[in-house]
This record gives sequence, structure tokens and C-alpha cells, in this order.
Amino acid sequence: MDYSKAGLRKEEYDALKARLGREPNDLELQIMGVMWSEHCSYKSTKPLLRLFPKDGDRVLLGPGENAGVVDAGDGLGLAFKVESHNHPSAVAPYQGAATGVGGIIRDIMALGARPVASMDGLFFGDPEERKTQALADGVVKGVGGYGNCVGVPTVGGKTVYHESYRGNPLVNAFCAGLVPTDRMVSSQTASAGQKVLILGSKTGRDGIAGAAFASVELAEDGSGVPSIQIGDPFTEKLLIEACLELRDKDLLVSMQDMGAAGILSSSSEIAAKSGIAMTIDFDAVPLRAEGMEPWEIALSESQERMLLIVEPEKVDQVMAVAGKWELDCAVIGETEKGDHYRILWKGDTVADMPASVIGSDCPEIPWPSKRPENLEDRWNFDLDSLPLPENWNEEILNLLGSHSHRSRKEIFEQYDSMVQTNTVIGPGFPVSAVRIEGTDRLAVMSMEAQPFMCWLDPYNGSAEVVARSCRALAVAGAKPAGTTDCLNFPSPEKPEQFWTLEQSAKGMAEACSSLKCPVVSGNVSLYNETANGPILPTPLVGTVGFVENIEELLRSGDWSEGDRLFYVGMPNPRLDGGSYLLNKTGRIWGKPLDFDGELENEFILRAIETAKRRAASSGMPIAGGGLAVALAKEAGASGLGASISIPCPTRRDVLLFGEGGPRAVYSVPKNRLVLFRALWKGYAVTEIGQVGGDRLTLDNLVDLSVSEIRESWNL
Amino acid sequence: MNVAVVVFPGSNCDRDVVKAIKYATGDEAALVWHGETELPGETDLVVLPGGFSYGDYLRCGAMAHTAPIMADVKRHADRGGLVLGICNGFQVLTESKMLPGALLVNRDLAFICRPIEISVERDDTAFTSGYEKGQVITIPIAHYEGRYHLPENELELLEERGQVAFRYSGGNPNGALNDIAGIYNEGGNVLGMMPHPERYSDRAVGGDDGLPVWLSIKRWIERTGA
Repeated sequence: MDYSKAGLRKEEYDALKARLGREPNDLELQIMGVMWSEHCSYKSTKPLLRLFPKDGDRVLLGPGENAGVVDAGDGLGLAFKVESHNHPSAVAPYQGAATGVGGIIRDIMALGARPVASMDGLFFGDPEERKTQALADGVVKGVGGYGNCVGVPTVGGKTVYHESYRGNPLVNAFCAGLVPTDRMVSSQTASAGQKVLILGSKTGRDGIAGAAFASVELAEDGSGVPSIQIGDPFTEKLLIEACLELRDKDLLVSMQDMGAAGILSSSSEIAAKSGIAMTIDFDAVPLRAEGMEPWEIALSESQERMLLIVEPEKVDQVMAVAGKWELDCAVIGETEKGDHYRILWKGDTVADMPASVIGSDCPEIPWPSKRPENLEDRWNFDLDSLPLPENWNEEILNLLGSHSHRSRKEIFEQYDSMVQTNTVIGPGFPVSAVRIEGTDRLAVMSMEAQPFMCWLDPYNGSAEVVARSCRALAVAGAKPAGTTDCLNFPSPEKPEQFWTLEQSAKGMAEACSSLKCPVVSGNVSLYNETANGPILPTPLVGTVGFVENIEELLRSGDWSEGDRLFYVGMPNPRLDGGSYLLNKTGRIWGKPLDFDGELENEFILRAIETAKRRAASSGMPIAGGGLAVALAKEAGASGLGASISIPCPTRRDVLLFGEGGPRAVYSVPKNRLVLFRALWKGYAVTEIGQVGGDRLTLDNLVDLSVSEIRESWNL
Repeated sequence: MNVAVVVFPGSNCDRDVVKAIKYATGDEAALVWHGETELPGETDLVVLPGGFSYGDYLRCGAMAHTAPIMADVKRHADRGGLVLGICNGFQVLTESKMLPGALLVNRDLAFICRPIEISVERDDTAFTSGYEKGQVITIPIAHYEGRYHLPENELELLEERGQVAFRYSGGNPNGALNDIAGIYNEGGNVLGMMPHPERYSDRAVGGDDGLPVWLSIKRWIERTGA
């Protein structure tokens, strides 16, 4: 077999031979083709991922396990991670999205955690186009179909529309789960003399070679499409309960979910990470298809399976738990002393390689990098060429009703956001918040992506992505404890695209370091392009923090009659790269603001104190659509108007619609005014009006009724 | 009160019901595995919780109603014991003929999860004495198959007998006949409802209009010693 058929490059094949000291056989070659695919090995991005800070006050477990874990207090850890399921969703929207949700839930389960919240980042083409509508509908139904059945609430997310995602939608699934820290399960703790078990669904031909598929561009004619994985959320639900029971009965030594490259990847990773040898007998694997070849068994991505490492004397008890939950469970191998990773099939040894070679790093690929020559062209937006709005009311309503800002309730109402009855803030707000059962504490989370800004200025745009998620958390009262990232990019093989990826990672790394928000887990999805072109650079983050109790959580959309309104932040936003400019001119252009860590940290500190000391009744970070959209959303969600007057040191449209940098609108009850002003003393803060009535007015420019705001926003 | 919450494979609101009852009444409800053949002795109330029993791969509730525990749930109901089926539990009750009618796919062919207004049709039952007749309350729904259906002549009979427990009052979300959101059996001791009272039993998670359901039941049990 030719190494290129296994997806390896010449250098990689040579490296493999050198490490093995011989030629691999066909099965071994296929194994390594998957293990060293981009999806599994991060060979294009490892040097970039090393830039991310990994340590923080609350980090219990950084990258390396199935998910990162931060300290949730009272002996609990919050495990969380985001993962992409882009290519499968392009081919089979419902199943692709559904199995994306299932896969990330199993990553969380692998740590012994009970999944408690999901979020989804969805990126679609032009929503006016029928093909996109059908695809988006399938994806949304897939996310809901799986998440609803499995009983994990979908509490938030992010949806972006842009023509570059036509034919290559992005589906990024986030999940968080809770685990007592003393019962956390690892994938690195196996030792010799233990049994290897497979728990869950039978192994079939579905999803074979999915990891390799995820590592190339999508072909127009649909060639190269593997058999797609089929999700079974019912089995997943049983699997969750069974794994938690195994955990609580202390029956597990080690556990790993089966994602990309199935049995092979999960078992060899445990062997390599634990530093032990392993023999797997493929004849013992429960199969659902007849006549499966060993490579098919090795690489099958059948869903809803977990690999368990169990002490021999506990195998019977594990079987009993599996039987109770009506799940298949079989002993398929054992751990041994040494370094071999051996596969038996029909009495023969069909593969025998050092586990350390399988688990070893693929040679990194230093792709050439080149700054796009036309980058400056994207920046040549000239503010003077843009006329001021003639009708401000119309501009605001148009923007609220645009695809950038229109309420996503038609999507999120198809998701069960309330099951487990801990959802304090569900979808439709800047952050989501769930109670941590058994404590007073809440986990606060935010999902963020800004592909337009990242395309214009990958470094600062990506830093802005991190900053926006941290600001949203801070306004709600939570200090960022950690973040998980999904780097969705086109092929790294084109130098200008690789440069963009590099810059983006550097910008995120700077923002994460500066804001003390470590990256605890993540995923890279490259080759997101079709014959129609590449997607916009789309780094996405899911950031998590905590508030000590529900009184210290500051909500948005919670104005009260008589509250005073404050604008905090420098009055220097830019229209560049923002949704107003896109809506007005149909173009993404301009130069986004540079990231300013000092200003961000000052903002975050004060915002957290504001929430903690209950100095405000409602807080809204200013993000897409600027101050105008923030005010309109606050009024719409609160069902109350306000009369506002605001000094304007710059152009009115820039002040009202500009984006970037730390800014927020607060409503402050009269008896908290002194405290609020004290907390923001020394920072740019302006009192801009008062809540009341059913109209939102701003100087003599804006005069809108709350009901027309709600209608345009589609609330 | 002694509450048994039945856990089918795929139930996912079982723990939520236990939590709501504990919060509302202080009582610890027992989780009862579907494979059991008998309810715990002294059971006052059986709750069939929401979720996707057996994945809802067949008709919703069709598999669950054949579960071993269901025979004893029926005996409990026949004795006049209280049974509350919520969402998937309502579907199990119609499949097992403990309640009339069927729950069909929503009119708009989409899952709907949102708080919704319903009116309380009776305030003289075990489940609703804590409300006032005609009171409009807000409780979330979360279902794909919640469109209540019954042949017309039976529907008239249902209405005449006062078996309608709750009606959608701020717009009908799923196309249910006569805006029906929940119904009683003839004896009034079995209630099936699509909205989830356990989800709005604590203001911290959105509202507490569901709380009176648990308090009504507890009071009823204490009064009747049932």
C-alpha cells in the first residue's frame, strides 16, 4: 500500500519507518495515517497551540486529557471543551450536527463528569438562500434531536451568517460537566495486568475514516465522503448513567471516549499516555456488520462507545452495571508490561508496533507563511465617504432585524434549554448561567466568535474574540477561569491562509495571557474550504467563570423604572468591521481597534466588582451593533423605555454603532448611585439617562417604542 | 408524602422532579427503576417523568407502557392512588390507556421549548387545589409530540365530564384540540400534562408557578390520608 493512500506525506512516512526500524504493514500504515492526520495530530498547529497560556488559579487539568477542568469549588471540577463537526455537517446536516453533540458529551463523560450544559456555534451561508435554509434547518434539528433526548440543556451559543460558509457550514459543539475532583477519571492511569473493555454500541462500518475526511478540503463532487456516523442519543443517555454509576462504584482505572479513529485511537492513546503495552483482540469486539476487516474495526467511528480500563476482579461488576443499562460490554484486551501495541484477529497478530511510536508526535509541518498582499485593501474604509443616517430610528430597527442581530429564538426554542432545572440564564443573552448543584455557586459561560474582524485583522480580531467573551463574563460578575477554543480555518497549505492562522493564534494567545484566561482544552479544524473558496478565519471560544451566589450574578435585560443609565468605556469605538457597516454598505471592511490589555483588565476588575456589590440592576456589554443595539436590546428585553442624552466627542454614528474595546451599559438604581460611581471612578464613565416609560429616546435623534423594538428584533 | 418517580431508560426529568418535590415540600421522592414489579409500599403519588423513554424511537411512550412497573402503576391508579404524568409521562399514560387520546407531532413539526401560559380549569382536584379556577400560570413546555388529539365525540364527553386540567391560554403552541395542555382520568386521580411544573418550581430558574402542584398534592394526601 502506498503511504499517500493512508494520508501520509513522504517525510512522515520516512519518520515512521525510522521510528519503527522497519516498513509498516498495511494495517499499521493505515493506523498511522489516522493517528497522524491533522485532526488527530495537530501537526500544522502544534507550534501555535504552544503559545496559549495553560495555567491559571483555577485550572485543575489543562490540555492533554479529553477536556480541561477548572475548580468549581466545594470539591467539584467543571470539565469543558468545544469541538468541531464541520465536514460531517456539510455532508449530512442532521447526523453531522447530532453526532457532534454526542461526541463532545462523551469527551466530558470521559473525565467522569456529568454533562450539565451545552452550547453551539453555528456558521451558515446566506440565510436567504434555500440551500442554506435547508442545511441550517437540518443542523438545528440535529443539535436539538440529540441534545434534547440525552437530557443536557443547550443553554446558549452563537450563530453567524456569511456566504463563505455556504457549502462548508461550521458546527462547533461545547459541553461542560461537573465531577467531584476526587472521583475524576483519567485516560493516562492504566497499568499492566488490567482488562480493556468496550462499553456501549456495537461497532459497525459507520464513520470509517472520518478523521482523515476532516483533514482535507471538501470536494465539490462529494468524493472522499466516508460513511457518515449515525447518532443514537438514547444509547448515549444510558451510557452517561452507566459511566457515572461505574465511577461512583469505583470500578474504573481509566476511561477514554471513542471519537475520531475509534477503538484504535482510544486504546493506543491510553497505552501511550500511560506508558504501558496493550493487546487488543478484534475477535472479541461486538460487531454490528458482517465480514468487517481489521482496519474497519480499528477505525470505525460508530458512536456511543467508551473504552474502559478495569481491574480484572472488577470486570463482573462492570458487566452487571452495563447489563442494568442494557448496554453491550465486552473484554477486548489487556494491558501488559512493555511498549508493544498489538492487534489480534482470527488468531493472527495483524499489527504490532511500539505504543510509544503510535502515541508519538507526528513530525510538525512548518507550512510557509506569507502576509496577504491585499490586506491593506481591506482596511481602506474612509469614514468621510459614509453619510450620516437620515433616519436614525430606521437604522436601529434595520440593524436589530438584520441577520447579524435578529433574535435566534427560532433556533434556540428548538433546544431544551431547561432540563436538569439549573438554567438561571438561558439562550438569548450575552452569557448563560447554570446553578452548580449542591452549592450556591453558578457557572457562567459565553461563546464568542467574530469572523469578520478576524478576516480584516486576524491578530486583533482574534484578541477581540477572547476579550468579548471575558467582558461578557465580567459584566455578569464572573472572573474568567478558563477558555476552550476551536480554530476553524481553511487549508494551511496556502501561505496567506497559514499566515492568517498564525496571526490569529498569536492574537488569541496575547489576549488570553493578558486577561489571565488560560486555554484548558480545544480543537483545530482546518481545510474548511470548497471550490467556491475558503471560509472566513473563525476562531471560536467558550469561556467559563463562576459567581459565588445568585445575588452576585448581574443579569442583562433587567432595567427597572427610574434606574439611571451609564455608559462605561472610552468613546472611541470604530465602525470598521462591525455589523452596522456591513448592513449599510454590504461590505466587511476597515481596520478593527487594536487590543489593549491594560484597558481590558481595568474594565474587567471594575465590572466584576459592580456585579458582586450589586451596584447595578442590569448590565450589557457593548458588542455587535454598538451602543445603539445594546440599548435597544436592554429596552426590548426589559420591556421598558428610557430617555437618553449623550455627549458626543466623535461622529454620532461612530459613537452609537461603533464596536471594539471594553464598553458596557449599566442601569443603576438610585440608592446604588454613589457606590456605582465610586467603583468606576478613574475610568471613562458617563451618565446618559434614565429608565422609564415605553419609548426609547436619544437626544432628538431616536424615538422608538419598546414594542417596535421587540418586533424588529423578533423577540 | 411518599412519592415514587419511575425511571425508564431515557427518562431525563426524573431527577428534576425529585428536586422540585424536595424544594417544594421537603419530602424525598424515591426513584423507581422501570424493571421493578412493585411500587414501594405506602406510595401516595407516582410520577412518570419527562424525557425520551426508549429513545421515543417507536411512538412516544409505546415501549414504556409495557415496562414491568407499569402493571403496578395501573393497580395503584385503580385503587384511586394519584398518578402524575409529565410530558413523556403523559404520553406513557395515553399509550397505556390510563388516559384517553393521543399526543401527536406538533403542528409546526418542530420541538418547542419555552415558558407558556396555561389556564387552570379546575381547582377542586388533588393536583390543583393550590390554584384558583381560571388562574393563568406560566410553566415551560419542551416537546416535539404534544398535540393532544381525541375523536370528536370523545372530546365532547371529556369536556362534559370536566376532565380538562389545563388549557393553553396565550396562544396554542402545538395545535392541541381545544387548547388542551393536560387532562384527568374520570376519577380525577390521574393527571397527564405536557407543561413541566417541576421546571418552574423555583424562582431561581425562571419561575415558580409550578410549585402549587406539589403543595396541592401534599395537602390532598395529608387530608385524605390516601
